[in-house]
Amino acid sequence: MNKVDEIKQISGVNPLKCMKCGKCSASCPSFNEMDIKPHQFVTYVVNDDVEALANSKSAWKCLSCFACIERCPRNVQPGKLIDAARQILIRQRGQEGLSADEIPALLDEDMPQQLLMSAFRKYRR
Amino acid sequence: MKYSYFPGCTLRNKAKNLDDYARACAEKLGFCLEELTDWQCCGGVYPLGADEIASKLPSVRALNAAKEKGQDLVAVCSACYHVLKRVNDDMANVSDMQTRANNYMALSEPYTGETKVLHYLEVLRDVVGFDNLKKQVVNPLTGRKIGAYYGCLLLRPSSVMAFDDPENPTILEDFIRALGAEPVVYPYRNECCGGYISIKEKEQAGALCEKITQSAAGYQADCLVTACPLCKYNLSKNSDLPIVYFTELLAEALGIKEVQE
Repeated sequence: MNKVDEIKQISGVNPLKCMKCGKCSASCPSFNEMDIKPHQFVTYVVNDDVEALANSKSAWKCLSCFACIERCPRNVQPGKLIDAARQILIRQRGQEGLSADEIPALLDEDMPQQLLMSAFRKYRR
Repeated sequence: MKYSYFPGCTLRNKAKNLDDYARACAEKLGFCLEELTDWQCCGGVYPLGADEIASKLPSVRALNAAKEKGQDLVAVCSACYHVLKRVNDDMANVSDMQTRANNYMALSEPYTGETKVLHYLEVLRDVVGFDNLKKQVVNPLTGRKIGAYYGCLLLRPSSVMAFDDPENPTILEDFIRALGAEPVVYPYRNECCGGYISIKEKEQAGALCEKITQSAAGYQADCLVTACPLCKYNLSKNSDLPIVYFTELLAEALGIKEVQE
Protein backbone atom coordinates (compact mmCIF):
# COMPACT_ATOMS: atom_id res chain seq x y z
CA MET A 1 0.00 0.00 0.00
CA ASN A 2 1.36 3.44 -0.78
CA LYS A 3 1.81 5.94 2.03
CA VAL A 4 -1.13 8.14 1.06
CA ASP A 5 -3.56 5.24 1.15
CA GLU A 6 -1.97 4.07 4.39
CA ILE A 7 -2.44 7.41 6.14
CA LYS A 8 -6.04 7.60 4.92
CA GLN A 9 -6.73 4.07 6.10
CA ILE A 10 -5.15 4.51 9.54
CA SER A 11 -6.77 7.89 10.14
CA GLY A 12 -10.14 7.23 8.51
CA VAL A 13 -9.96 10.85 7.31
CA ASN A 14 -11.17 12.18 3.95
CA PRO A 15 -8.91 15.23 3.42
CA LEU A 16 -10.94 16.39 0.42
CA LYS A 17 -13.68 17.60 2.77
CA CYS A 18 -11.36 20.38 4.03
CA MET A 19 -12.41 23.91 3.07
CA LYS A 20 -9.18 25.46 4.38
CA CYS A 21 -10.70 27.70 7.01
CA GLY A 22 -7.66 27.29 9.26
CA LYS A 23 -9.67 26.84 12.45
CA CYS A 24 -7.61 23.74 13.34
CA SER A 25 -4.33 25.65 13.26
CA ALA A 26 -5.87 28.60 15.10
CA SER A 27 -6.99 26.21 17.86
CA CYS A 28 -3.78 24.22 18.11
CA PRO A 29 -1.81 24.64 21.38
CA SER A 30 1.27 23.23 19.61
CA PHE A 31 1.02 25.57 16.60
CA ASN A 32 4.27 27.39 17.38
CA GLU A 33 6.13 24.10 17.74
CA MET A 34 5.04 22.68 14.41
CA ASP A 35 6.96 23.04 11.14
CA ILE A 36 3.94 21.79 9.17
CA LYS A 37 0.75 23.26 10.67
CA PRO A 38 -2.45 21.23 11.16
CA HIS A 39 -4.31 22.77 8.18
CA GLN A 40 -1.22 22.17 6.01
CA PHE A 41 -1.17 18.53 7.07
CA VAL A 42 -4.46 18.07 5.29
CA THR A 43 -3.11 19.71 2.12
CA TYR A 44 0.02 17.53 2.12
CA VAL A 45 -2.15 14.42 2.12
CA VAL A 46 -4.26 15.79 -0.74
CA ASN A 47 -1.03 16.43 -2.63
CA ASP A 48 0.27 12.88 -1.98
CA ASP A 49 3.26 14.12 0.01
CA VAL A 50 3.14 11.88 3.08
CA GLU A 51 6.92 11.49 3.15
CA ALA A 52 7.26 15.14 4.22
CA LEU A 53 4.75 14.60 7.01
CA ALA A 54 6.52 11.56 8.37
CA ASN A 55 9.78 13.54 8.43
CA SER A 56 8.22 16.61 10.04
CA LYS A 57 8.64 17.66 13.65
CA SER A 58 4.87 18.12 13.81
CA ALA A 59 4.11 14.41 13.91
CA TRP A 60 5.69 14.35 17.39
CA LYS A 61 4.25 17.65 18.59
CA CYS A 62 0.51 16.95 18.53
CA LEU A 63 -0.82 16.75 22.12
CA SER A 64 -4.02 14.89 21.23
CA CYS A 65 -6.03 17.64 22.91
CA PHE A 66 -8.77 17.19 20.25
CA ALA A 67 -9.34 20.94 19.86
CA CYS A 68 -8.93 20.71 16.05
CA ILE A 69 -11.23 17.69 15.96
CA GLU A 70 -13.84 19.47 18.07
CA ARG A 71 -13.80 22.70 16.11
CA CYS A 72 -13.48 21.52 12.48
CA PRO A 73 -16.66 22.72 10.75
CA ARG A 74 -16.30 19.99 8.10
CA ASN A 75 -15.49 17.11 10.45
CA VAL A 76 -12.16 16.47 8.70
CA GLN A 77 -10.45 15.75 12.04
CA PRO A 78 -6.86 16.85 11.21
CA GLY A 79 -5.58 15.50 14.55
CA LYS A 80 -6.29 11.99 13.30
CA LEU A 81 -4.06 12.60 10.25
CA ILE A 82 -1.23 13.81 12.45
CA ASP A 83 -1.59 10.77 14.69
CA ALA A 84 -1.64 8.51 11.62
CA ALA A 85 1.63 10.05 10.36
CA ARG A 86 3.10 9.15 13.73
CA GLN A 87 1.63 5.64 13.54
CA ILE A 88 3.30 5.09 10.17
CA LEU A 89 6.61 5.81 11.90
CA ILE A 90 6.19 3.93 15.15
CA ARG A 91 4.87 0.82 13.44
CA GLN A 92 8.34 0.44 11.91
CA ARG A 93 11.15 -1.01 13.93
CA GLY A 94 13.62 1.60 15.13
CA GLN A 95 11.39 4.60 14.42
CA GLU A 96 9.80 5.04 17.85
CA GLY A 97 10.04 8.39 19.60
CA LEU A 98 10.92 7.04 23.04
CA SER A 99 13.11 4.11 23.95
CA ALA A 100 12.85 2.14 27.17
CA ASP A 101 16.48 3.02 27.95
CA GLU A 102 15.59 6.70 28.15
CA ILE A 103 12.89 6.18 30.80
CA PRO A 104 14.87 5.95 34.08
CA ALA A 105 16.45 9.38 33.57
CA LEU A 106 13.04 10.93 32.88
CA LEU A 107 11.29 9.68 36.01
CA ASP A 108 10.57 11.67 39.12
CA GLU A 109 8.76 10.59 42.24
CA ASP A 110 5.55 12.53 41.56
CA MET A 111 5.11 11.20 38.03
CA PRO A 112 1.75 9.47 37.61
CA GLN A 113 1.59 6.03 36.00
CA GLN A 114 -0.83 7.62 33.54
CA LEU A 115 2.01 9.67 32.06
CA LEU A 116 4.17 6.63 31.40
CA MET A 117 1.27 4.67 29.92
CA SER A 118 0.24 7.55 27.68
CA ALA A 119 3.79 8.27 26.55
CA PHE A 120 4.38 4.63 25.65
CA ARG A 121 1.19 4.63 23.61
CA LYS A 122 2.01 7.87 21.81
CA TYR A 123 5.74 7.40 21.19
CA ARG A 124 6.00 3.70 20.48
CA ARG A 125 4.06 0.54 19.89
CA MET B 1 -27.67 2.67 43.52
CA LYS B 2 -24.76 0.39 42.63
CA TYR B 3 -22.22 1.10 39.91
CA SER B 4 -19.36 -0.85 38.43
CA TYR B 5 -16.20 1.09 39.15
CA PHE B 6 -13.05 1.36 37.03
CA PRO B 7 -10.35 3.04 39.17
CA GLY B 8 -7.48 2.85 36.66
CA CYS B 9 -3.72 2.50 37.14
CA THR B 10 -2.88 5.87 38.67
CA LEU B 11 -5.66 5.88 41.27
CA ARG B 12 -4.04 2.84 42.83
CA ASN B 13 -0.73 4.63 43.17
CA LYS B 14 0.08 8.31 42.73
CA ALA B 15 -3.53 9.49 42.81
CA LYS B 16 -4.78 7.67 45.89
CA ASN B 17 -6.47 10.87 47.10
CA LEU B 18 -8.58 10.87 43.99
CA ASP B 19 -9.68 7.27 44.58
CA ASP B 20 -10.01 7.05 48.37
CA TYR B 21 -12.16 10.15 48.68
CA ALA B 22 -14.28 9.16 45.68
CA ARG B 23 -15.18 5.92 47.43
CA ALA B 24 -15.71 7.48 50.86
CA CYS B 25 -17.88 10.29 49.47
CA ALA B 26 -19.95 7.86 47.41
CA GLU B 27 -20.75 5.95 50.56
CA LYS B 28 -21.69 9.15 52.36
CA LEU B 29 -23.90 10.26 49.45
CA GLY B 30 -25.68 6.92 49.21
CA PHE B 31 -24.30 5.29 46.10
CA CYS B 32 -21.97 2.34 45.86
CA LEU B 33 -18.88 1.85 43.69
CA GLU B 34 -18.17 -1.83 43.13
CA GLU B 35 -14.68 -2.17 41.72
CA LEU B 36 -14.54 -4.49 38.71
CA THR B 37 -12.44 -7.56 39.36
CA ASP B 38 -9.46 -8.06 37.06
CA TRP B 39 -9.77 -4.73 35.29
CA GLN B 40 -6.84 -3.86 33.03
CA CYS B 41 -5.28 -0.46 32.35
CA CYS B 42 -7.19 1.57 29.73
CA GLY B 43 -3.87 2.61 28.16
CA GLY B 44 -4.12 6.26 29.14
CA VAL B 45 -4.87 7.54 25.64
CA TYR B 46 -7.59 6.56 23.21
CA PRO B 47 -5.97 4.91 20.17
CA LEU B 48 -6.89 7.23 17.28
CA GLY B 49 -5.95 4.82 14.50
CA ALA B 50 -9.10 3.43 12.89
CA ASP B 51 -7.39 0.04 12.52
CA GLU B 52 -6.37 -0.29 16.21
CA ILE B 53 -8.04 -3.22 17.99
CA ALA B 54 -5.73 -4.84 20.56
CA SER B 55 -5.09 -1.57 22.38
CA LYS B 56 -8.86 -1.14 22.89
CA LEU B 57 -9.55 -4.61 24.30
CA PRO B 58 -8.89 -3.81 27.99
CA SER B 59 -11.69 -1.24 27.76
CA VAL B 60 -14.00 -3.66 25.96
CA ARG B 61 -13.46 -6.23 28.72
CA ALA B 62 -14.33 -3.69 31.42
CA LEU B 63 -17.38 -2.50 29.50
CA ASN B 64 -18.61 -6.06 29.03
CA ALA B 65 -17.99 -6.92 32.70
CA ALA B 66 -20.25 -4.02 33.71
CA LYS B 67 -22.86 -5.17 31.20
CA GLU B 68 -22.84 -8.66 32.71
CA LYS B 69 -23.44 -7.16 36.15
CA GLY B 70 -26.24 -5.01 34.75
CA GLN B 71 -24.56 -1.84 36.01
CA ASP B 72 -23.46 1.49 34.60
CA LEU B 73 -19.66 1.90 34.59
CA VAL B 74 -18.21 4.81 36.58
CA ALA B 75 -14.70 6.26 36.23
CA VAL B 76 -13.16 9.10 38.22
CA CYS B 77 -9.98 9.67 36.22
CA SER B 78 -10.58 11.87 33.17
CA ALA B 79 -8.38 9.66 30.98
CA CYS B 80 -10.07 6.37 31.92
CA TYR B 81 -13.46 7.97 31.39
CA HIS B 82 -12.36 9.31 28.01
CA VAL B 83 -10.93 6.01 26.76
CA LEU B 84 -13.81 3.87 28.04
CA LYS B 85 -16.43 6.14 26.57
CA ARG B 86 -14.79 6.40 23.16
CA VAL B 87 -14.13 2.67 22.89
CA ASN B 88 -17.74 2.10 23.89
CA ASP B 89 -18.85 4.42 21.11
CA ASP B 90 -16.77 2.38 18.64
CA MET B 91 -18.33 -0.84 19.91
CA ALA B 92 -21.80 0.60 19.45
CA ASN B 93 -21.31 2.25 16.07
CA VAL B 94 -18.35 0.85 14.12
CA SER B 95 -19.30 -2.56 12.76
CA ASP B 96 -15.75 -3.56 11.79
CA MET B 97 -14.57 -2.79 15.34
CA GLN B 98 -17.55 -4.70 16.78
CA THR B 99 -16.79 -7.82 14.75
CA ARG B 100 -13.05 -7.84 15.24
CA ALA B 101 -13.13 -7.06 18.97
CA ASN B 102 -15.78 -9.69 19.63
CA ASN B 103 -13.69 -12.25 17.75
CA TYR B 104 -11.07 -11.81 20.47
CA MET B 105 -13.53 -11.89 23.33
CA ALA B 106 -15.37 -15.21 22.85
CA LEU B 107 -18.40 -14.09 24.87
CA SER B 108 -21.68 -15.97 25.12
CA GLU B 109 -23.35 -12.84 23.76
CA PRO B 110 -21.41 -10.28 21.67
CA TYR B 111 -20.71 -6.89 23.25
CA THR B 112 -22.14 -4.05 21.18
CA GLY B 113 -21.82 -0.96 23.36
CA GLU B 114 -24.69 -1.62 25.80
CA THR B 115 -22.94 -0.25 28.92
CA LYS B 116 -23.47 3.34 29.95
CA VAL B 117 -20.19 5.03 30.89
CA LEU B 118 -20.41 7.77 33.51
CA HIS B 119 -17.94 10.11 35.09
CA TYR B 120 -18.28 10.48 38.86
CA LEU B 121 -19.14 14.16 38.32
CA GLU B 122 -22.06 13.10 36.11
CA VAL B 123 -23.35 10.89 38.93
CA LEU B 124 -23.14 13.92 41.24
CA ARG B 125 -24.94 16.15 38.74
CA ASP B 126 -27.51 13.77 37.25
CA VAL B 127 -28.22 11.21 39.99
CA VAL B 128 -27.38 12.82 43.35
CA GLY B 129 -28.13 16.32 42.03
CA PHE B 130 -26.13 19.42 42.99
CA ASP B 131 -29.07 20.83 45.02
CA ASN B 132 -29.19 17.66 47.06
CA LEU B 133 -25.38 17.62 47.37
CA LYS B 134 -25.50 21.16 48.73
CA LYS B 135 -27.88 20.01 51.50
CA GLN B 136 -25.38 17.36 52.58
CA VAL B 137 -22.45 19.74 52.91
CA VAL B 138 -21.37 20.07 56.56
CA ASN B 139 -18.23 22.19 56.03
CA PRO B 140 -19.14 24.69 53.31
CA LEU B 141 -16.00 25.99 51.60
CA THR B 142 -17.15 29.56 52.14
CA GLY B 143 -14.83 32.29 50.92
CA ARG B 144 -12.66 29.97 48.82
CA LYS B 145 -12.15 31.03 45.21
CA ILE B 146 -11.68 27.94 43.11
CA GLY B 147 -10.91 27.68 39.40
CA ALA B 148 -12.22 24.66 37.50
CA TYR B 149 -9.61 23.11 35.25
CA TYR B 150 -11.37 20.92 32.68
CA GLY B 151 -8.52 20.26 30.29
CA CYS B 152 -9.25 18.17 27.21
CA LEU B 153 -10.30 14.67 28.02
CA LEU B 154 -13.63 15.27 29.75
CA LEU B 155 -14.92 17.54 27.02
CA ARG B 156 -13.57 16.66 23.59
CA PRO B 157 -14.71 15.42 21.17
CA SER B 158 -18.14 16.46 22.41
CA SER B 159 -19.87 14.38 19.72
CA VAL B 160 -18.78 11.30 21.70
CA MET B 161 -18.06 12.58 25.20
CA ALA B 162 -21.37 14.50 25.54
CA PHE B 163 -20.19 15.49 29.03
CA ASP B 164 -20.90 19.22 28.93
CA ASP B 165 -20.72 22.18 26.55
CA PRO B 166 -17.17 21.74 25.16
CA GLU B 167 -16.48 25.48 24.88
CA ASN B 168 -18.37 26.79 27.88
CA PRO B 169 -18.73 23.98 30.42
CA THR B 170 -20.45 24.55 33.76
CA ILE B 171 -20.44 21.23 35.63
CA LEU B 172 -17.34 21.94 37.75
CA GLU B 173 -18.47 25.49 38.51
CA ASP B 174 -21.85 24.13 39.63
CA PHE B 175 -20.02 21.54 41.72
CA ILE B 176 -17.81 24.22 43.34
CA ARG B 177 -20.90 26.32 44.07
CA ALA B 178 -22.69 23.34 45.65
CA LEU B 179 -19.76 22.99 48.07
CA GLY B 180 -20.16 26.60 49.16
CA ALA B 181 -17.11 28.03 47.39
CA GLU B 182 -16.97 30.63 44.67
CA PRO B 183 -16.11 29.37 41.17
CA VAL B 184 -13.56 31.43 39.24
CA VAL B 185 -14.17 31.41 35.50
CA TYR B 186 -10.97 32.07 33.55
CA PRO B 187 -10.26 31.77 29.82
CA TYR B 188 -7.77 28.87 29.85
CA ARG B 189 -9.86 26.35 31.77
CA ASN B 190 -10.34 24.01 28.79
CA GLU B 191 -6.88 24.46 27.26
CA CYS B 192 -4.41 21.57 27.14
CA CYS B 193 -1.76 21.13 29.89
CA GLY B 194 0.51 19.31 27.42
CA GLY B 195 -0.57 15.83 28.50
CA TYR B 196 1.90 13.03 27.80
CA ILE B 197 4.39 15.38 26.12
CA SER B 198 5.77 16.37 29.53
CA ILE B 199 7.72 13.14 29.70
CA LYS B 200 10.23 14.49 27.18
CA GLU B 201 9.28 18.05 26.33
CA LYS B 202 9.20 19.70 29.73
CA GLU B 203 9.60 23.20 28.36
CA GLN B 204 6.65 22.95 26.03
CA ALA B 205 4.37 21.52 28.72
CA GLY B 206 5.70 24.14 31.14
CA ALA B 207 4.79 27.02 28.84
CA LEU B 208 1.26 25.69 28.36
CA CYS B 209 0.76 25.15 32.10
CA GLU B 210 2.08 28.62 32.95
CA LYS B 211 -0.49 30.20 30.67
CA ILE B 212 -3.26 28.24 32.39
CA THR B 213 -2.20 28.89 35.98
CA GLN B 214 -1.32 32.54 35.36
CA SER B 215 -4.69 33.06 33.74
CA ALA B 216 -6.44 31.51 36.77
CA ALA B 217 -4.31 33.45 39.25
CA GLY B 218 -5.07 36.64 37.34
CA TYR B 219 -8.74 36.04 38.04
CA GLN B 220 -7.88 35.56 41.74
CA ALA B 221 -8.27 31.80 41.99
CA ASP B 222 -6.78 30.36 45.21
CA CYS B 223 -6.50 26.91 43.73
CA LEU B 224 -7.47 24.82 40.70
CA VAL B 225 -9.56 21.69 40.77
CA THR B 226 -9.13 18.78 38.35
CA ALA B 227 -10.19 15.16 37.79
CA CYS B 228 -7.02 14.16 35.96
CA PRO B 229 -3.76 12.96 37.60
CA LEU B 230 -1.68 13.98 34.58
CA CYS B 231 -3.16 17.50 34.51
CA LYS B 232 -2.45 17.77 38.23
CA TYR B 233 1.14 16.63 37.74
CA ASN B 234 1.83 18.98 34.82
CA LEU B 235 0.20 22.00 36.45
CA SER B 236 1.83 21.38 39.84
CA LYS B 237 5.29 21.06 38.27
CA ASN B 238 4.94 24.49 36.72
CA SER B 239 3.14 26.63 39.28
CA ASP B 240 2.85 27.37 42.98
CA LEU B 241 -0.93 27.48 42.68
CA PRO B 242 -2.34 24.51 44.63
CA ILE B 243 -3.93 21.92 42.32
CA VAL B 244 -6.44 19.61 44.02
CA TYR B 245 -8.64 16.73 42.96
CA PHE B 246 -12.36 17.38 42.95
CA THR B 247 -12.86 14.45 45.32
CA GLU B 248 -10.60 16.13 47.91
CA LEU B 249 -12.81 19.22 47.89
CA LEU B 250 -15.89 17.04 48.07
CA ALA B 251 -14.48 15.14 51.05
CA GLU B 252 -13.65 18.39 52.85
CA ALA B 253 -17.16 19.72 52.32
CA LEU B 254 -18.78 16.47 53.41
CA GLY B 255 -16.68 16.39 56.59
CA ILE B 256 -14.68 13.31 55.59
CA LYS B 257 -11.36 15.08 55.14
CA GLU B 258 -9.80 17.67 57.38
CA VAL B 259 -10.45 21.16 56.04
CA GLN B 260 -7.43 22.70 54.28
CA GLU B 261 -6.66 26.38 54.57
